[in-house]
Amino acid sequence: MGVKLLLDKANVPGIRTYEVYRREGGYRAVEKALKEMTTDAIVEEVKKSGLRGRGGAGFPTGMKWSFIAKPDGVPRHLVCNADESEPGTFKDRYLMEFLPHLLIEGLIVSSYALGSNDTYIYIRGEYAWITDILEQAIEEAKAAGWLGKNILGTGFDCNIHVQRGGGAYICGEETALIESLEGKRGNPRIKPPFPAIQGLWMRPTVVNNVETLAAVVPIINMGGEEYAKIGVGKSTGTKLISACGNINKPGVYEIDMTITVEEFIYSDEYCGGMKDGKKLKACIPGGSSVPILPANLLLTTAKGEPRYMNYESLSDGGFATGSMLGSGGFIVLDEDQCIVKNTYTLARFYRHESCGQCSPCREGTGWMEKILQKIETGKGEMSDIDLLWDIQRKIEGNTICPLGDAASWPVAAAIRHFRDEFEWHVKNPELAQTSNFGLQHYADPIHVPA
Amino acid sequence: MATTFNDTQMTEFKRLVARYPEGKQKSALLPALHLAQESFDGWLSTEAMDYVASLLQIEPIEVYEVATFYSMYNLKPVGKFVFEVCQTGPCMVSGSDNIIDYIKKTLDIRPGETTKDGLFTLKLVECLGACGYAPMMQVGKIYKEHLTKEKVDSIIAEYKALATNN
Amino acid sequence: MSEQTFFKVTVDGITIEVPAGTTILQAARQIGGQVAPPAMCYYSKLKGSGGKCRTCLVEVSKGSEKDPRPMPKLVASCRTTVMDGMEVKNITSDKVIDARAGVVEFLLLNHPLDCPICDQAGECHLQDLSFDHGKSKTRFEFQKRTFKKHDLGDNIQLHMTRCILCYRCVFTADQLTNKRVHGILDRGDHAEIATHIEKSLDNEFIGNVIDVCPVGALTDKTFRFKNRVWFLKPMDAHRDCPTCSGRVTLWNRGDEVYRVTARKDEWGEIEDTPDGQPGWICNTCRFDKKEASDWVIEGPRAISRASVISQGHYQGSVGMHKPTETFLAVNGGRAPHLLMDIHDESEVNQPTIHLGKIQGPSHGNTFNNKN
Repeated sequence: MGVKLLLDKANVPGIRTYEVYRREGGYRAVEKALKEMTTDAIVEEVKKSGLRGRGGAGFPTGMKWSFIAKPDGVPRHLVCNADESEPGTFKDRYLMEFLPHLLIEGLIVSSYALGSNDTYIYIRGEYAWITDILEQAIEEAKAAGWLGKNILGTGFDCNIHVQRGGGAYICGEETALIESLEGKRGNPRIKPPFPAIQGLWMRPTVVNNVETLAAVVPIINMGGEEYAKIGVGKSTGTKLISACGNINKPGVYEIDMTITVEEFIYSDEYCGGMKDGKKLKACIPGGSSVPILPANLLLTTAKGEPRYMNYESLSDGGFATGSMLGSGGFIVLDEDQCIVKNTYTLARFYRHESCGQCSPCREGTGWMEKILQKIETGKGEMSDIDLLWDIQRKIEGNTICPLGDAASWPVAAAIRHFRDEFEWHVKNPELAQTSNFGLQHYADPIHVPA
Repeated sequence: MATTFNDTQMTEFKRLVARYPEGKQKSALLPALHLAQESFDGWLSTEAMDYVASLLQIEPIEVYEVATFYSMYNLKPVGKFVFEVCQTGPCMVSGSDNIIDYIKKTLDIRPGETTKDGLFTLKLVECLGACGYAPMMQVGKIYKEHLTKEKVDSIIAEYKALATNN
Repeated sequence: MSEQTFFKVTVDGITIEVPAGTTILQAARQIGGQVAPPAMCYYSKLKGSGGKCRTCLVEVSKGSEKDPRPMPKLVASCRTTVMDGMEVKNITSDKVIDARAGVVEFLLLNHPLDCPICDQAGECHLQDLSFDHGKSKTRFEFQKRTFKKHDLGDNIQLHMTRCILCYRCVFTADQLTNKRVHGILDRGDHAEIATHIEKSLDNEFIGNVIDVCPVGALTDKTFRFKNRVWFLKPMDAHRDCPTCSGRVTLWNRGDEVYRVTARKDEWGEIEDTPDGQPGWICNTCRFDKKEASDWVIEGPRAISRASVISQGHYQGSVGMHKPTETFLAVNGGRAPHLLMDIHDESEVNQPTIHLGKIQGPSHGNTFNNKN
């Protein structure tokens, strides 16, 4: 059993309620932080922990916090990004649904460190029932004196508000989220200025993912240095992985980033192996926008070393032979899955979610979707594959926000690693309507443990 | 149906607005639109949007811009229960196509349409963050997960019963 | 008052000093010519504009003197301010040319290419852009996007299919009028300019959306299908207007006034009035004053953009006369900088190298040897 810092109490009956959470040692981090630590000391502890943003980009949290501007007389805000929308990712939902007080506790400590008196949780609109859970938890925390005015007699005031989004993936991008929180269309802002200088209502703002803020609790409790001892290299602490697709045990798992991908997929502690005894064909290891990898490159790096579930190992080899840990949305595809169709549904997703503000993304995502649909429905030509490659290349890096990259990478990686499957679709238009390319040479190199 | 909030709805509206600083009441727009949609038959008419604009003291166009941007706001009348079925990658690899086909056949409607009795609307949506519990759909505030044909049948029966009992 | 800080920035090998806070695009425009990146959405007179169309992307090959690292991605020059010692590549960067060609292709993907019946033809920035960076063939083989038609009233004609979603008209309505009734509805590739409910745009200054529109999406209904702009003679004129500055450009044929617009500078933006304010004009001047007798005509207007409009009308007078000003006067008092060392550009230009020694196309020696 790996170390668990976030979900260790997830199975305690009633942990969702304040009483049980408190009885199990909850809110100790708030007591410690507010009574014994300066705000700078908290930021320092988070820096020492090596915590990296758990939303997908992996930016060091302590560093992000230290960028926040502190002009006199201007309120600052902490915003919790709970707009979890990356296909394959449902870890924040799990955390908020079952351990709402863990997030609230992390939010209070972080708000104190950043000087935010009004902190907002921006939650995706579809998670309506979780909004209710969070609001109830906030009421409970408030009743117990952890929120409101003059918390623990320290003079620190803090309120947490939950705002539901309206259904837009793009609002997971921090500046789009801020726009949405201001009651506008979720169009990402052009940076600079960065939110740390001018964010919500043009005030200095830090936007952090749910899991990132929850991780602040164990960091304060155990100290940044101890936290950094868990894991390996720059992948410190634990990470929530939401596993889905053709596996026996889809769900949310907390890992300590020292386990191999093979262990994660096949061990009973985690995914429990492939469903129905099928073979592993491919996997998107970090949410739908990161490059898809065929089984052989997923389980071992190009150098032939085992691949681990952490930031560095998953990106070993760059995009040529590697991928990314991203948001931890782990999508497993078995031998019956069609890469063209999978790529098509993702392209449709990104076209649907493009805000339409900048031209490469607005026009390019729709174009890629149309071509992929053409190939998938048996009308593709060989030149379409090269055209797709060229389109994704012209979107990537040229857009206002990372959605352009997110839409390009899945297409690029699918062609990079599964080009022959695309070609098979083009050459066998009728056959492709009734059968799949199957495993072919992407054979699962690992023997399924008995 | 009247497009003004009743007392309970107005109290909720005021609670939403109070969360933001003075002068930043526009921030309450998204939650206010959710409230309006729930209050006025599950969709946002022009009157409903104009009403929200007047409450928040913003121009109607600011409301239209936002309401048309986000996918959760219905700008046309919908059935009493909206089946929003996810069709993105992870659900697709777990068999959402079959579920969608089955719902189409059972309710005899295409995506975007409402059954003749006005009970059900079928909407195809993109990832709802339930990938591990796929295939799935959202009905109102509730997620219905691990869908099978049998489960779809029982869900339809459940809502039909709910409609007759009300 | 403290001394203003100046930064040195080099664009395509040409160095210029600009006040701190200047954007790369503005600095490049001061150098002028091909060095200035094209801009479809940025409009210096509209706060918040820019960053969206991505045609002005440039490569920053050196961040600044202090931090010389290049920027990892191409940046939107309209929204990136210069740093001291920054080096920028515009047309000298293959990456930029490639990306820009991509952007132009994207902008044209769903564009109807109905220039033959478009009133904007001849003064359309998308035409210019396509001419400079576009391809003669499309790789898009699907049905182009269409929209439901919206009527914006008697004065302004909306062709949504031509729109590139630059948001300029939205900023114009926000910043010039007290009540905006049109906006961007829907999202992604379905986003459109609309009012949601049929509503005419009739604020006294709303006509300016026509002048800021870089394409033929918003055109003057009172001029619709009346004439092609290149058959008309632009004339600067003014009238005593109680609402606006009354300084306009008339578009005449003979004595007939076909169209009235604001005066535009070489970047296609509204010119400032002598008191330094943007010369927006009111609807009355634009739509209702169509008699020559309404106006005091100042003289012909030179359209300095590479446009068909200036061609053929004023030989010997506008556009053709030799400048009499000195370089200093033209350049705002700045001494000329060494623009580009021609000797560095190609060894053909090196005085020390004998042309006959250069590998390349045939020259004198080739023929001498033969004979």
